[in-house]
This record gives sequence, structure tokens and C-alpha cells, in this order.
Amino acid sequence: MSLDNYLYLSAILFTIGAVGVVVRRNAIVVFMCIELMLNAANLSLVTFSRINGTLDGQVVAFFTMVVAACEVVVGLAIIVTIYRSRRSASIDDASLLKR
Amino acid sequence: MNILSFLMLLPLIGTAFIALAPKTNVLLTKQIALVTTILVALVGIYMTISFDFNAKGFQFVESREWIPAFGIKYALGVDGIALVLILMSVLLTPIVVVAGWNESEGGRWSSKVFYSLLLVLETMMIGVFASTDVFLFYVFFEAMLVPVYFLIGGFGSGDRAAAAVKFLLYSLFGGLLMLASIIGIYVMATRYGNRTFDITTLSQLHTVLTPMMENVLFLGFFIAFAIKAPLWPLHTWLPDAAKSATPGTSVLLLGVLDKVGTFGMIRYCLTLFPEASKTFTPMIITLAVISILYGAFLAIGAKDIKRLIAYTSISHFGFITMGIFAMTSQGMSGSTLYMFNHGFSTAALFLVAGFMITRRNSSTISDFGGLQRVTPIMAWSFFIAGLSSLALPGLSSFVSEFLVLVGTFTRYPVAAVIATFGIVLAALYILIPVQRALHGPTTPGNENLSDLTLREKIAIAPVIATIVVLGFYPSPLLNIINPASQTIISQQGFSDPAPTMSEGK
Amino acid sequence: MATNNGLVYLIALPLFGALALLLLGRKADKWGHLLATAMSAGSFAVGLIQLSQMLDREAELRPVTQKLFTWISVGSFNVDASLLLDQLSICFVLLITGVGTLIHIYSISYMSHDKDRRRFFAYLNLFIAAMLLLVLGDSYLNLYVGWEGVGLASYLLIGFWNQKPAYATASKKAFVMNRIGDMGLSFAIMIAFATLGTVSFSGVKEHSHHASEAAMTAIGVMLLVAAVGKSAQFPLQAWLGDAMAGPTPVSALIHAATMVTAGVYLIVRSNFVFDAAPTAQLLVVIVGAITLLFGAIIGMAKDDIKKALAASTMSQIGYMILASGLGPAGYAFAIMHLLTHGFFKAGMFLGAGSVMHGMNDEVNMRKYGGLRKFMPITFVTFGLGYLAIIGVPPFAGFYSKDMIIETALNAGGAKGIILGSVTLLGAAITAFYMTRVMILTFTSPKRWDDNQHPHESPALMWIPMVILSIGSVISGYLLYRGKAFKHWLEPLFEEHGEHTELLPPIVVSGLALTMVAIGVAIAVIKYQLSEIDNVAPEKVSIFTRIARRDLLQDDVNEALFMRPGQAITSALVKIDDSVVDGAVRGVGKMALGSGSALRETQTGFVRSYAVLILIGAAALIAAIWVVTT
Repeated sequence: MSLDNYLYLSAILFTIGAVGVVVRRNAIVVFMCIELMLNAANLSLVTFSRINGTLDGQVVAFFTMVVAACEVVVGLAIIVTIYRSRRSASIDDASLLKR
Repeated sequence: MNILSFLMLLPLIGTAFIALAPKTNVLLTKQIALVTTILVALVGIYMTISFDFNAKGFQFVESREWIPAFGIKYALGVDGIALVLILMSVLLTPIVVVAGWNESEGGRWSSKVFYSLLLVLETMMIGVFASTDVFLFYVFFEAMLVPVYFLIGGFGSGDRAAAAVKFLLYSLFGGLLMLASIIGIYVMATRYGNRTFDITTLSQLHTVLTPMMENVLFLGFFIAFAIKAPLWPLHTWLPDAAKSATPGTSVLLLGVLDKVGTFGMIRYCLTLFPEASKTFTPMIITLAVISILYGAFLAIGAKDIKRLIAYTSISHFGFITMGIFAMTSQGMSGSTLYMFNHGFSTAALFLVAGFMITRRNSSTISDFGGLQRVTPIMAWSFFIAGLSSLALPGLSSFVSEFLVLVGTFTRYPVAAVIATFGIVLAALYILIPVQRALHGPTTPGNENLSDLTLREKIAIAPVIATIVVLGFYPSPLLNIINPASQTIISQQGFSDPAPTMSEGK
Repeated sequence: MATNNGLVYLIALPLFGALALLLLGRKADKWGHLLATAMSAGSFAVGLIQLSQMLDREAELRPVTQKLFTWISVGSFNVDASLLLDQLSICFVLLITGVGTLIHIYSISYMSHDKDRRRFFAYLNLFIAAMLLLVLGDSYLNLYVGWEGVGLASYLLIGFWNQKPAYATASKKAFVMNRIGDMGLSFAIMIAFATLGTVSFSGVKEHSHHASEAAMTAIGVMLLVAAVGKSAQFPLQAWLGDAMAGPTPVSALIHAATMVTAGVYLIVRSNFVFDAAPTAQLLVVIVGAITLLFGAIIGMAKDDIKKALAASTMSQIGYMILASGLGPAGYAFAIMHLLTHGFFKAGMFLGAGSVMHGMNDEVNMRKYGGLRKFMPITFVTFGLGYLAIIGVPPFAGFYSKDMIIETALNAGGAKGIILGSVTLLGAAITAFYMTRVMILTFTSPKRWDDNQHPHESPALMWIPMVILSIGSVISGYLLYRGKAFKHWLEPLFEEHGEHTELLPPIVVSGLALTMVAIGVAIAVIKYQLSEIDNVAPEKVSIFTRIARRDLLQDDVNEALFMRPGQAITSALVKIDDSVVDGAVRGVGKMALGSGSALRETQTGFVRSYAVLILIGAAALIAAIWVVTT
């Protein structure tokens, strides 16, 4: 199987994630979509690593995973806090920073 | 340890003690501040005495690596001009502390903050005059804004926050231009093999700069200094700041901080960019003459006593700038002496004005009236300070003002002639408030004002004594200044114009 | 030149007095006036000693100097604080300290009811010190210190009763108008330094021969401006009348005998400049001639006794300035008239003070009359001064004024005839207005109310008046005898020799006396032999009105300088706020405005930000792709 298919999958996953972030209002779902985008990126990194025969891509993928983990920790905490104080996980409700 | 570093360290030690003092004991804080500033003044006097009048170049030199990657050094040293200004700063600070004994109360923060800021400011004032590294100078130049900003904004009166912001933004704008020029200089210096900010080395840089480059870099410095000094039309921050600041802060602001502008013109504009200085001299002299007359007219029209003093200073700074760019030894020495004298005569005016304002709770001139009958000593102090501001012969400012005029006349007669009209306007802008505030019948509400207290007398007496003594005997200062100004003029390739008569009939 | 270490005491004594009285404050109230008088007398004594020493020396060796310290030294600009006493300055020293001491004595009594008497004496001593510095300084810059010092003392003394706003304004006016003159002196010094490289009298004198005439003319004209300001000459004369707001002894000392004559001193001292600059010299003469008539005309219209005397002073100084503009022939006579004028005018001012003292400070002569009987001593001393000023032989003014008229006539050509007629006309007018003062005050019927109780002044006041009147009788002859004074001053000037004589001296004297007689006669007919109103008549010619308004000097100054100046000031205040600071505030507003405009893009919806990020990222990638392929 051509390695290109992994790249196509990665692109599809990324697009799904991006559309999800833009379209969905529920913070948890948006969050999951961001994770999806990160993992799409990871997939293409690993694929390129394989194509080029170097380890650089895999190393960066590990970094991405660490970042994603950190992000989940902080992000979920924020979402939970927002939910507690506002009784809603809709990101459109939390627009206090405008103007 | 080098005496200059020691001088800068002393106020910081005082600050540390103030930080340790209990918050409730305001008196102790004040005493610490007073003792510290007096010590600094004594060390400053000692330094002046041990200065070698005849030696050329910088003295009390100290140089340590600071940021080796960029060739930045912690380099200190003074010539006659810097020494005189440091002496002025360290002498004025204890006077300000004594005169403004109660200024720190009623501010936004505690007295501890006030005196800490004051002492930190003193360190920076010394540093800005003492640094011989352009980058170090820049750091002090900008850092100095911080304590002043908080002194105005936290302890001033009236619309203090707005005035403080205006002051800060004006100065930062100038500082930004200067920073750009400094980076420019650094780049050029690196390109020609000298990775350094040392002023003496950099003073050779102009030989390799293109005229265009030199002009641009010069303007970056000059605009910063013209804002600081303030030169017309960059002056509008000064009246607001002076009106809002406490009298003591105003003394330091106009007496010392503004001198950084004129000092910078001598030390940096002239030394680093001699060719550009020549190019821009006609423009600068014009601006200076405008400042002289403009400041004087606005002072005549001022209704608020603190704004009035600020406008007179704009006029005086016009004289100083004119003398500097006249490029004669009389003009240069006269300007430097003028900086010193202006410090003291403005201090006298502001301090007495402060005494008057605290008694009357108003700074509008027309609220006073007939003070000479009610508070003779205060009235006399104000009068003598005013006479010094209008440069009466026999008082210190006359010597400097006349030197500036004579020095300018030998090279730019027209400018000197126009500027001389300023002395008539000076008579008006001093005598009008004197008449309104001191003469005439006593204004209702002023009958029971108290005359100066012992503390206030102690504060004002040395200032007035300095004004009078230097009026008759300015030689000690002139002896310090003359070699330095001579050096700068000869560096520029100028010599005093010979009397025209000797060229034959 | 010989040095003499005693010169400094001349100045130091009164300066010490002034400082002591000012610094000790109320503690010195009891004895302050005595100290001040002693200091002034001490200075006079030092002056006498110096004079006797000077008389012992040969004419060439008479000038002495004393260097005190180096004052200003920058580059080639070197000015020492040093003093010079020569034949010219000793005259002034003795006049200042002598008349000054008499006026101190007079003031002890005159000011005895004023609770600020100590302060008054402090100012008087300050004035004496400054005036001595003015005449003793050996360079223009030293002179300048004294020059402004006397201006300060004059300001303080005119405004001595500055609780009255009008008096405070008068003092301010005097100072500011003097400053305009001082500006002239500054210019003169600057030009002297720029062209000759020196500002000392001896230095300028040395270079005066080979300097260009243009430079000398510039210096001369600027010195004239200075003299015009200080001596209340046309066109800077407007302050003198108002200066009468000061206590009368001040008017006698400062605004009659000494300070206002400093301009004459300056011109005579700078004889070498004017000798080398004929144009400047001509201007001096013109100014003198104009002022001479100007003052005399104002004098005719004044009802205020002090203002009439002030106008007379202006006119008499016009004579001196005119004489000093006539070159070496006139210098000695200018100074001679200055000295005799010092005696008789100071005496008359003190007499006026004595009259005011007896008349509850009334100054309007129309409310006087018949005071001869009540104040015999004042009448006699004032009368002797009167005879001296109008120039009746053998009183002092006869000799000095006659010499000026003669010199003016002998100036040659049309100039001589014009100047001669002006001085003669001046003599007639002087006789008229002084006779008028005499008649209105002393010899006409009484016009005062019953609640006035005129009385003779105490001895402390009349003794100085008597001494001064003796001076006004004999000083003229003493100085004139055998041309003594001319020979005394001669070594200082460069005599040019030839003298034309338009008319023989005896004819000139006859002419002058005829003019005086006419003036006196008209005054007698108009005032002694007819009724005098005790209010100034309203229906008078336009000329009288103008003369009463000081020939419109204040109106002209107001229209030409004061109002435009005020307009400039208020316009600049507005411009500074709206244009200069407005521009700065405009920048601030612009920053605020652009900030609030950009703020609209911040909706607060996370998802719209996300779309923007996405579009941005896509655009970036596309851009890179386009660029790299």
C-alpha cells in the first residue's frame, strides 16, 4: 500500500477536526476536535518520517503528544471551571472578552 | 570602590534602610532620607574638591564588563561639565527633602514609597551624568522616568495621573528615537570593527559615517534631548507636570532632570556627531530663540504660579541651548554654568511657591496679594528668587546669562540680539507676579498667613546664599567648567571668533 | 596705574549697612537708621580722604585702581571685579555720599512715623552701595552691576509704599523701562567684546582709535539707549513722573541728584567712544535737546509739586546730555551742571518734602499758597535753589548752565544756532515754570482749608536743606573759578583744540539772562498778579491738556507696546493650548480612536477567531506554496 494513503487519511482527519472546531458549540466537542487535528498532524509526521527514513518526524510527534497531554490537562480544567460557574459548556456563551 | 559608584550606592543603601523601617514611624523614614542625602551631598562636595581642574579627559574613571556580548560596559567618569551637574543634583536633593518635609503625606502611597523613589531617583541622576558608556546612559535616561512617574502620579496634586502619563509618553517617545539611534551607532561601530558603546571610542565614528546617516542618528538623540530640555515646540508636558507635581519633585524635575537634555546635547550630540551638529545649528539656534521669547510671553500670561515657573524655565532652557550651539567658549561655559544656576534659582522659586501654596491651598497668583506685609521673609525669598530668574547682575544667573549672550553674539549676532529682548520680558514675567502676590493691599483671607518656619528657612537659606555668592564669585565653578568646554569646542574644530577689529579697519 | 586698597571701603560700608539692616530685621528697628547714616557718612569720609590724597598727586598720577578678585574669566572674556577712582569718579563719589548722607539725616526725621523706617534706610544704603559701584567699576560689565543695582534700589524705593497698587505699578514701570535701557548696555558690551575683544574702559579707549567707525557708532548708540533709559530721556522718559510715588527723600537722592544722572556719567565716561563716532554724538545731542524742551513743557503744566520738579529734572538732565554730546568742549560742563544740579535740585526736593510734611502730604500746588510765612527756612532754602536753577548770577546754575549754552552756540554752523536757541528757550521755560512753583507754593495768597496747620519742619530736616542751599549758592562759582573744574577733568579727555566763538561770552550771558527775565516776568504776571483757582481749570487749550498728560507719553507707549504686547501674550497662551498642545493631544486622540475602531473586530466568539486563524493559516501556506514553486 502506498504511503500516500496515510497522508490522505491525515488530511481528512484534520479537515474533520477543523470543521468541528468551527461548527460545534459544545466546548468538550470542540476540544475533542482539536485533539483530532493534533493527531492528524501526528499521523502525517510519522508518515513523513517513514517516507524520508529519518527519525525527526517521530521525535516531533512525541513532542506533540506531550503538548496535547498538557493541553488536555489545562483545557479540561478550564472547561470544568467554566461549566461550574456558568452552568453551560457552550463556547458562544463565554464571550466576556469582546470589546 | 570608585567614588562615583560609591556616590550612586549610598542612596540605595538609604533605600534599603527605609524599606526596613516600620511603616508607622514616618519620622524615622524622613530622618533616614535626610541623613542619606546629606551624606551623598558631602561625598559629592569631597569629590568636587578632589577633582583636578587642569587634567584633561574624564576623571574618577571606572570600567567593568557588563554585557560583553554587545561590548556594553559599566563605565563611569566625569569631566568638568558632568561634575558640576552631579554637584548640583546632590546639593539640591537634601534641600528638597528638608523643604518638602510633609510632601510625602497625603499621597496615594506611604512616605516610605516616596522617599524610596526619591533616593532611587538620586542614584539615577548621578548615574546619568556619570556614565561614559552610551548604553549605560540610555538605561539611566529611561529608568529615571519610572520614579518620577510615580512621584508625580502618586504624590502630586490636581490632575496628577494625566500629567504623569503625559510626561511619561513624551519622554518614552524621545527615548525610543534615541534607542533607535543607539542601535544605529552600534551597528555602524560594529561594521567598522569596534564592538563598543564607549563614548570616547565612538566619538571617532563620525569620520566614517555618511552625512545622511550622521544626520539621522543625530536627530534621534537630539529630539530626545529637546523633549527633555524642553525646547519649543516639544515643551507642553512641562507646565502640566510642574503644576501637578509636588514642589520638591518639580525642583528635581526642572532643576535636574531637564538638565539631562542640555547635558546630553553637549556630551552626545556634539561629541558623537560634530558634522551633523553643524548642519542643524541654524535650526537649533532658531528654535532656542523661539523658546526664549515664547516661554517668556507664556510666563507673562500665566495665571498659575507653578505653570509660570515652568514657562520661565522653557525660556531659560532656550538660553542654555543657544549657548551650547553657539560653539564659543563663553557660550559653552556660560550654558553649563547656566544649568547649575538655573537649578538653584528654579529651586528657590519652586520651594517658596510651595511654601506659599501650602499656606493658601491655591496656586493661582491672584489668590495671593499683599504678602510682603503679612509674611515678609517668605516674600523676600520669593523676590530674591525672582530676581535671580530675571538675571539681575550680582546674582548667579546674570553671569551665566551674560556669558551665553556674549558668546552667542560673537558668532550669531542676530540670534543674540533677539534673545536679549528676553531680558525685558523677564523683568515683566517676574515683576507682574511679584506685584500681584506680594504688593498691593492684603487680599481677604491672607491676613493670618504664617511666615516661614525654621525648617523652611533652613531649606531656602543655602539656596539663596548660593545664588548670591556665585553671582559675585563664580570662579570656582568656571575653573572646573572651562577646560571641559574648551575641549569640546576644540574637538568640534571651532575656536572663538577673534575680535573683528583686529582684521584691520 | 597706582593701586589703592582703600577703595573697597567706599562700597563696603553702605553695603554692610544694607545687609545688616535687612538680615537683622525688626531687631534693628531702634537703631537701624543711625547705623545706615553712619555708614553713608563713613563712606563720605573715605571719599574725602581719597580726594585729599588725589589732590596731592600730579594730574597724570591721580587715577588709582584696586583689583578685588577675578570675577568672570572664560576664554578671552576676562573681567575682574576691580575699581577705578579717577578725577571723574571722585566727583560722583562725593556727590553720592555727600548728598546721600544729608538725605539720610533728613529721612531720620521725615520717615520717623513710618513703622518700616529701618527697611527704608536699608534700601537707601543699598542704593548708595550700588551707585558707588556704578561710578567706580573699571569696566562696562562692572558698571552694569551697579547700573542694575541702582535700578533695583530705585524699584524698591519707588514701591516703598507698595500696598497702594498705583505705587506698585509705578515701581514696576520704572524697572521695566530701565531694563529696556539696560538692554542697550548689554548690546554695547556685546559689540565691544565682539569687535574689540575687551569690555574694560581702558581697553576700549585703547582700541577706540583704530576700530572701525561703524563699530564705535554701534557701541555709542547702544550706550545712548542705556543712558536714555536710566536718565529718563526721550523716548524712555515716561517712568520718572510716576517714580515720584516713592518717599520724597528718594526723589531727591535717586530721581534728582544721582541715579538719573548716571546716563550722563556713562556718556562722559565713554567719551572715547563718542569722540570716534560723530553720528552717535549727534544722536546724543538730539536726544538731549528734545528732552530738554519736553521736560520743560511738561513742567509748565504740572500742579503736583513733585511731578513739576521731576519734569524739571528731566529737562535739566537734557541739558547735561546735550552738553555731553558736544564732545570734549562739553564734557566738563555736563558734569559741572550735574554737580550743581545735584545740590539745588536735591535741596528743592527736600524743600518740597518739607512742605508736604507741613501740609499733611498734600502735593497739589493749587492747594498751597502763602507758605512763606509759615515755613521761613523752607522758603529761603527753596528760594536759593530756585535762583540757582533758573540761572541767576552768582548762584550755581548760572555758571553751569551758561557754559552749556555757550558751548552749544559754539558748536558751529546750523547745529550751533539750533542748539543755542533750544538751550536759550529752555532757560526761559525753566524760569517760567520754576517761578510758577515758587509763586503757587510760597508767595501767592493761601488756598488751603482751615484743617491744615502748616508748620516748619524739625531741625533734622532743615539742616540738610540749609547745607544743600549753601551748595547751590557757592558750588557754581567754586567750580567755575579759573576754569578749575575744566582743568581738573581735562586729563581724561582728548582735547581737539580749535574753538570757534559765535558770540562773545558776555553777550551769551546777557541773552540767557534776558530769556530768564522774560520767563520770570510771564510767570509773575500770570500767577502772582492774578487769581489762582484751587482746582486746575478745565477750559484750557488742547496744548495744555496734552502737556498735562505728559505730552501723551503713556498713551503712545500703551498704543505702541503695551497693548500689542498684551495681545501677543494672550494670543500665544491660546495658541500654546490649542495648537501646540492641541497637536500633542491630537496624537493621543488618534491613538484612542484607532484603538476603538479596531476593537470592533473583537466579537468575543471563540469560533469566529478559530475561523480567522484557519483562514490565516491556509493563506500562509498558500503563500509559501506559491512562493516556493
